[in-house]
Amino acid sequence: MNRHPHIPLVLALSMLAAGLGTSCSSHSESALLPKPTAFGAAIVESSGGKQIAQTGALLPQPLVVQVNDEQGTAVPGALIQFEAVPGVSFDPPNGLTDSSGQVTTSVSLGGMAGRYQVTASTFDKSHKKVELKVQEIALGYQQTLGRRLNDQYCERCHNPESTVERVSNYDNLEVKPHPFTEGDTLNKMSDADLTAIITYGGPALNKSALMPAWGNTVSKSDVQALIAYIRAISDPPSHGSGPVYAKN
Amino acid sequence: MNDKFRSLWQRLFGDSVRAFGVVSLVFLVSLAIAPAKNFFSEWRHYQHGYLRMIRNRSDANTLQRHFEGGIQQIWLPELGVVDRCTSCHVGLKEASLTDVATQPYRAHPVIPHKSEQFGCTICHRGQGAATMVSEAHNSTLAWEQPILPAKYIESSCGQCHRGPLPGTPQLNEGRRLLSRYGCVHCHTVKLPDGSTMKATDDPPSLSHIADKTTREWIYAWLKDPQAYAATATMPNFKLSDDDARDMSAFLIANNAPVPGDTTTVSAKPSSDPAAGSSLYGESFCASCHAVQNAAGNLVGGDVGPELTRIGNKVKPEWLQAWLRNPRVYDAETAMPHYRFNDGQVATLTGFLLAKTDSDLLANVHLEAATPEQVAHGKRLVSDYGCASCHEIAGIKKPENFAPDLSSTTQRIGSKPITQLVFLPGMQHTLPDYIATKIKQPRSFGQALKMPQYTFTPAQVDALTTALLALNDRSATLPPALAVPAAPESDYQPAGKAGKLMTDLACFSCHRINGHGGNMAPDLTWEGSSVQREWLVQFFKNPETLRPALIRRMPRFNLADSEVNELTDYMMTVYQNPAIDRDSMPLSGYSQGQVELGRQLFYGKYACQGCHIVDTKADKGYIGPTLTHVGSRLTAAWIYGWMKNPQALRPDTIEPNRAMSDDDARALTAFLMSQKGGQEVARK
Repeated sequence: MNRHPHIPLVLALSMLAAGLGTSCSSHSESALLPKPTAFGAAIVESSGGKQIAQTGALLPQPLVVQVNDEQGTAVPGALIQFEAVPGVSFDPPNGLTDSSGQVTTSVSLGGMAGRYQVTASTFDKSHKKVELKVQEIALGYQQTLGRRLNDQYCERCHNPESTVERVSNYDNLEVKPHPFTEGDTLNKMSDADLTAIITYGGPALNKSALMPAWGNTVSKSDVQALIAYIRAISDPPSHGSGPVYAKN
Repeated sequence: MNDKFRSLWQRLFGDSVRAFGVVSLVFLVSLAIAPAKNFFSEWRHYQHGYLRMIRNRSDANTLQRHFEGGIQQIWLPELGVVDRCTSCHVGLKEASLTDVATQPYRAHPVIPHKSEQFGCTICHRGQGAATMVSEAHNSTLAWEQPILPAKYIESSCGQCHRGPLPGTPQLNEGRRLLSRYGCVHCHTVKLPDGSTMKATDDPPSLSHIADKTTREWIYAWLKDPQAYAATATMPNFKLSDDDARDMSAFLIANNAPVPGDTTTVSAKPSSDPAAGSSLYGESFCASCHAVQNAAGNLVGGDVGPELTRIGNKVKPEWLQAWLRNPRVYDAETAMPHYRFNDGQVATLTGFLLAKTDSDLLANVHLEAATPEQVAHGKRLVSDYGCASCHEIAGIKKPENFAPDLSSTTQRIGSKPITQLVFLPGMQHTLPDYIATKIKQPRSFGQALKMPQYTFTPAQVDALTTALLALNDRSATLPPALAVPAAPESDYQPAGKAGKLMTDLACFSCHRINGHGGNMAPDLTWEGSSVQREWLVQFFKNPETLRPALIRRMPRFNLADSEVNELTDYMMTVYQNPAIDRDSMPLSGYSQGQVELGRQLFYGKYACQGCHIVDTKADKGYIGPTLTHVGSRLTAAWIYGWMKNPQALRPDTIEPNRAMSDDDARALTAFLMSQKGGQEVARK
């Protein structure tokens, strides 16, 4: 009975190896990639980075990246591949740069709130991988609620940009409010401080009375939702902005 | 072979001791299978992983104390929930684990409900009772309830919540689109509270269409509505040239002219683009109608149809009659009856008719229609269910033209996957099926009647979300859980003034007693709020109250008698019972009070952040300008507003400052002293 003690082990190992082999081969879809006709030296973002969307949702604008050569001129016909953690999807996931050296893809974020790192990569002439990393922000339920409150009550003063539908009041204020993306300042304020200034107004923290007290207008959970939103979109990211989902 | 077997048998069961030993061994091994399976189970693996993960955290002790090993279960018999998800999702309730990126250990994001109350599968779907990842998350042949992808998660809120929620923009948008794009004309959609969804797109009657437009335009429109107006909600039925030819022939032949004088040209359309443009602007047509500008961007509202190529569509005499009084052609229209004089009608007509696209009808050449073509057209018009949306003389509105999306046997959000036909290359899931059906309905079969819409990907996701909410679970949940929408009011003002308000389509923009649009202020308490003199002047010449708004009150050129009728009615009927208009004087406040109010305005409450009192110093651009507020509002209203603005207009964004009576009185005194030009000059 002791003659072949390793048979089951060998059998199990070989099965494991076979399993791994098939799963690996199913992952390599290089055969489906279009063949590049040119190679660049660098890859840059044209638009679509740092966008905000709900978890699982499509980003409002597509992500557009561009391949340049050493002189900084756009390279048409170079292959770009988009990658991120599982759950993030790209349509299309890869493509050849068009006549202006760009590839456009629609990005759907993953199901969990936080920052998603999206990698766009191409190969240079020596077949070395050149990468561009872009961050996109996914909002969970609470942050989405906060965003709605921001749109309703805060944005007209706190966002310096105007849109067709909303004229910004930022420039009209003697003391400038902090845009919510201003992480350098807002990350230094604790949740308790932010709660106080929203609930009791600027004077609660010896700041301008132009920031009114909202404690009688919005609920306590609304204030928390707003803070969750402010933390989620701050740039640089705050400690409480949630995890960064990056591909290792 | 036989010998070999015999010798093996001999070796194992040769004598009773051997046999006993072998049987015992086999018995022991088989007994060990169950504990081994348990020991190597997935959930145990994840629980071990969790314990390893929390060991290195600063709050390890707290987390360790909260941890309970073994299979966990949330059992809610009245909801039909048996959820064992928390066996692997161990840290779901640990607020400190929000920064964990690895699943299944992350804390659940903050939501308004507790998992002990609702479990997991009510929102996420999946198999709650399963204890293996593959069985819990994915569909199997035996169970077909896969996990709901995160992008449709808001559909689960819609199982109980009928009305729009602040935290579910996608669900709200999906439901809005079902009404706005007229999906519910053909498909019945009943919501959990028993109400049937109503369309909000208001497709025009086609019974008098030949008064309004030409057969060529109808042909082009039928072929591709979006070529005429990118914003058109009418879908593309992918008609062949012949079918479009015959349908346009029928619609023209079927025409019954509107009785009355709608076709006489009173004045030649004038071609004065500058005057036309300025009248178009002054009348705030752009509040409701959009026009594509030179850069290709749409500018304007979406209450009325886009006017970019209106000159290709309408007959000049119809347009004049429409501008003179739209209610003659369509009594229900959202368009106000501006009292334009003949010159203004001519100017506007000329201006609008110039908005053409020479390519639109260039290739449309139709021969006179034969009776056969007209008959064929009629058949097509009823086959395609045109009368589901449009009123067409001689064709009855079909009942249940398309499948009921909420019928008890076939709720769209619970359609069994086995009953679905998938296209090649599609993911075999219900959300993907619904989304593809919305995106390319005809790809499931050329004979299908559902037309092609032009939805953006985000709109498709929103619609899919709204449809997934129409599921069996939502129908079987205890009725006490259902949260109905605020009932839609059908308030109509009475009498002569009421008729006048309908004629001016006040409700297209204003809301009164819960009825009407939300483009302009709610007028429910207007009688308590404003002074009579001001209202009279405002009707005659609407001034701009909010500098930041691009949509403003148009001037309707009302006769004095009409202004008086409206003013009397509003001042009498639209009164807030809590505000006694005459309890505080309109003027005569002491200088001290006014000065105190001024200090509060600029100091403690910093109102100048949003409002302008002194046009030289203040810049606030959010709330209404207050330079004339003392001759516009009543003092009692201002006082009440200072005390609690939301009590008077629930959705106003003015913060409630919980002011003391003294502060509110002083501010009222200060604001009532702002009576505009003359008053300032006197100082």
